[in-house]
Amino acid sequence: MNLIVVGAVVAALIALRFLKPNALAWTAATWVALYVAFRWGIEPPLPASIVNMFMGIVTIALLAFVSADSERLRSAKSNIVNFLVRKKYTVPLLIVLVALPLLVAFKIYVDMSRSPQPPVTGRTIHPPPPATISFKGKTVDLGAVENPFREIEETDPEVFAAHVENGKRVYHQNCVFCHGDHMEGDGIFAHGFDPIPANFQDATTIAMLQESYLFWRIAKGAPGLPMESTPWASAMPAWEKFLTEDEIWDVIIFLYDYTGHRPRAKEELH
Amino acid sequence: MTSGARTTERRLLILGGVSLAATLVLLVATEAFGFTPQDASQPEYRAMPVIGSRVAMWVVAQLHLMFAAFVLAVPMFALIIEIIGYVTKDKRYDDLAYEFTKLLSVSFSFTATLGALLTFMLIVLYPRLAGYMVKIFSWTFFPYVLLFFLEAIFLYSYYYGWGKFSPKVHIALGVGLNIVGTAIMFIADAWLTFMNTPNGISETGELVSMWDAVNNFIWMPINVHRIIANVAFGGSVAAAYGAYKFLGAKNDRERAHYDWMGYIGNFIAISALLPLPFAGYWLGKEIYAYSQSLGITLMGGTFSWLFIIQAVLIGNLFLAANYYLWVSMERIEGAERYRKFIKYLLASIAVCFLVWATPHSLVASVEESRAMGGSHHPVLGVLGVMSAKNTAVNILILTTYISFLLYRRGNKEATVSWARTGNIIQFSIFAAVIIFVVFLGVYGYFVEARVRIGLSVPQVLSVLFAMIAVTIIDIFLFKNAKIRGEIRWGDMPARAQYALFFIAITFAWTMGLMGYVRAGMRQHWHVYGVMADTSPDAFTPTLGFASNVISITVLIFFTFIAFVFWLAGLSGKKTVSETVEEAP
Ligand code: HEC
Repeated sequence: MNLIVVGAVVAALIALRFLKPNALAWTAATWVALYVAFRWGIEPPLPASIVNMFMGIVTIALLAFVSADSERLRSAKSNIVNFLVRKKYTVPLLIVLVALPLLVAFKIYVDMSRSPQPPVTGRTIHPPPPATISFKGKTVDLGAVENPFREIEETDPEVFAAHVENGKRVYHQNCVFCHGDHMEGDGIFAHGFDPIPANFQDATTIAMLQESYLFWRIAKGAPGLPMESTPWASAMPAWEKFLTEDEIWDVIIFLYDYTGHRPRAKEELH
Repeated sequence: MTSGARTTERRLLILGGVSLAATLVLLVATEAFGFTPQDASQPEYRAMPVIGSRVAMWVVAQLHLMFAAFVLAVPMFALIIEIIGYVTKDKRYDDLAYEFTKLLSVSFSFTATLGALLTFMLIVLYPRLAGYMVKIFSWTFFPYVLLFFLEAIFLYSYYYGWGKFSPKVHIALGVGLNIVGTAIMFIADAWLTFMNTPNGISETGELVSMWDAVNNFIWMPINVHRIIANVAFGGSVAAAYGAYKFLGAKNDRERAHYDWMGYIGNFIAISALLPLPFAGYWLGKEIYAYSQSLGITLMGGTFSWLFIIQAVLIGNLFLAANYYLWVSMERIEGAERYRKFIKYLLASIAVCFLVWATPHSLVASVEESRAMGGSHHPVLGVLGVMSAKNTAVNILILTTYISFLLYRRGNKEATVSWARTGNIIQFSIFAAVIIFVVFLGVYGYFVEARVRIGLSVPQVLSVLFAMIAVTIIDIFLFKNAKIRGEIRWGDMPARAQYALFFIAITFAWTMGLMGYVRAGMRQHWHVYGVMADTSPDAFTPTLGFASNVISITVLIFFTFIAFVFWLAGLSGKKTVSETVEEAP
């Protein structure tokens, strides 16, 4: 959160309470304040798509606010009419009339002078896994398979620690360049890729996936993704050719161990 | 009744009869098709020119469904309103119920015709699928046709027999109509849910148990979800009819009547909307239970974007429903006392709406996602998950309920001695439940997924508890209440009527959207996991394309409905009762 911006917005909203402007001015000021808060008040910045959606909702809500009360609607309407016809508003009106097209022009200028960007796509981050995959000639049933070393986590912590250690080795020999020293998806190669490597610290990646899902993603990589996840656009390698089955399970254990997340448990079927 | 109106009715009857006959013939034809052994020269698919088979089926099925939803829902609340009128001996309710029913007969013919068209197109365009479905479900067709026949008899005798039978007999006809209608829907639901979550068949797709095929994983969830959604949708379309008549009303009496009709329709729609999200969760849960990968396709894959659109639509629905109530309060003398609360209710709705519509993974450019460190925003990400959404929708429901409560209290002043205590108790219940719901929402972030999903149950139960407990207290609180002023029915600004149109259209749109999700999540399967779609259309269309097809379908539906409204206005102009001013 950007405290300076948020503080300024809150201060402005409080000031608004004391100034008691008319309905129209209040609505416009609130709209601007919320826009500023969404656009600049949050760190890291929200994507434009979200800001637009939020402001759409805010606009509808404010319109409802003005028009839910006939009294307020009438006064807001007369405010607009007064602003347009009263002599004493001639100068502000002129300013608004000039400022509006200027703002549009400015927006166009900013948009055009930005370096070209690939179009925004709604890529499916966690597509449904296939029911089974073939791994080194044998068939793995993703609905049933479990991490074979997960059960010794409690029963035999020492052996388990050895698996964590081995997973760590696998990670630092293969994954760290992309997924980063702290698994935040910011390894030294990461800046070259779109989409960027997964951030395992984030609560919405491995923390909400089952270990069998990870097995599929690591074994099959980008080429194994279905169409809606643009398999051709992901840099994630298919590790089945380089790692053994045990190594994959070990690195999965390490991912969870290092980040402190727990794998998602299997749903009970009934 | 004028003679012009009578000929219109006669024509409608003929239209209904013809389309019914057409349906029967086609159903019999289906049987015949199904039982002739498929010879090798029989094609698996035939192509529909220009728009393609899939789009043609899609549009017709959706239109059929919307009309069917309307035709099934209206008798439910028409009957309830009729019974209220019978019990309270208040003729206005009877008139209102009749007016709702008037919308039915033309719609029934449309439903039957569209259903016939759908069957016909399935046989012609998708012969292999049609053959398979007939093989599995052949024995359900006979009761279906029989019930359809009964439905027509009940419906027309219910409609034309209005005021001509003794009230008890007439109500019995209404009950019969509803039972038969619901049974019809249950049978049709078996067919379509089987395509999603097939059951009762062997590995090669041969029928093992007909009952298991019918009672598949999502049959009951869909049945329940549809009954509730039908009532919501039907109420909203009836309310739109009220709004349409209100805007064209010639005098104050008509305005008062149709204002009241719009209000009742909307009340029905919103009451049904409140439990709908819960029915939806149950459905989603069963889909997950049936197949994890079907569940992920639904909620995590491409289709998840449709749920974002749905969230936006439903957020708008709640907003518009509340808005209508707030504007309605202006016609109640005494409701000024509550105006000051509106802005807080609105703020609550806006915040919940924002949370509810926030997607799980955001649409972002490379630059933006690099700044966020992934496709999830570290701050906003917390709003994208289930816990936040459940909390938001529960508070949304509670807020709407509070709007209703304030509306109901508008012109009343409690006279009981414990009025103050009662209010405090009500307030404490609200406060406690809101805190509890938010607490569970936050707590959900600290437990694993399986526990988290379970948390939605106490959330829902506590909200239900609050609504029931507060309503009961309210009934006693306002017993023998002092009435501060009248409700000036008809004294409504036009913008409130447009809110009713907006609600009806948004309902239709949401139905179209979710109908597409239900059918589309099978992806390249006709019958999921059993019969693959090998036609050229075996791909999931882009979101934009799907949205366009859905929007055009909604447009066609409302063109038809406008026609129904117009016809209903022509047929049997029954006089409006004089005493509407006192409507509750
Ligand atoms: C060349 C860079 C690169 C390397 C090396 C790499 N990855 Fe990835 N990985 C990616 C990218 C990019 C993504 C995100 C796009 C995607 O989902 O395909 C990703 C995604 C993943 C995911 C999916 C996470 C999710 O939320 O769905 C897992 C699991 C994963 N990587 C594990 C590994 C492991 C384990 C290794 C080492 C054995 C590894 N990766 C090595 C680039 C890489």
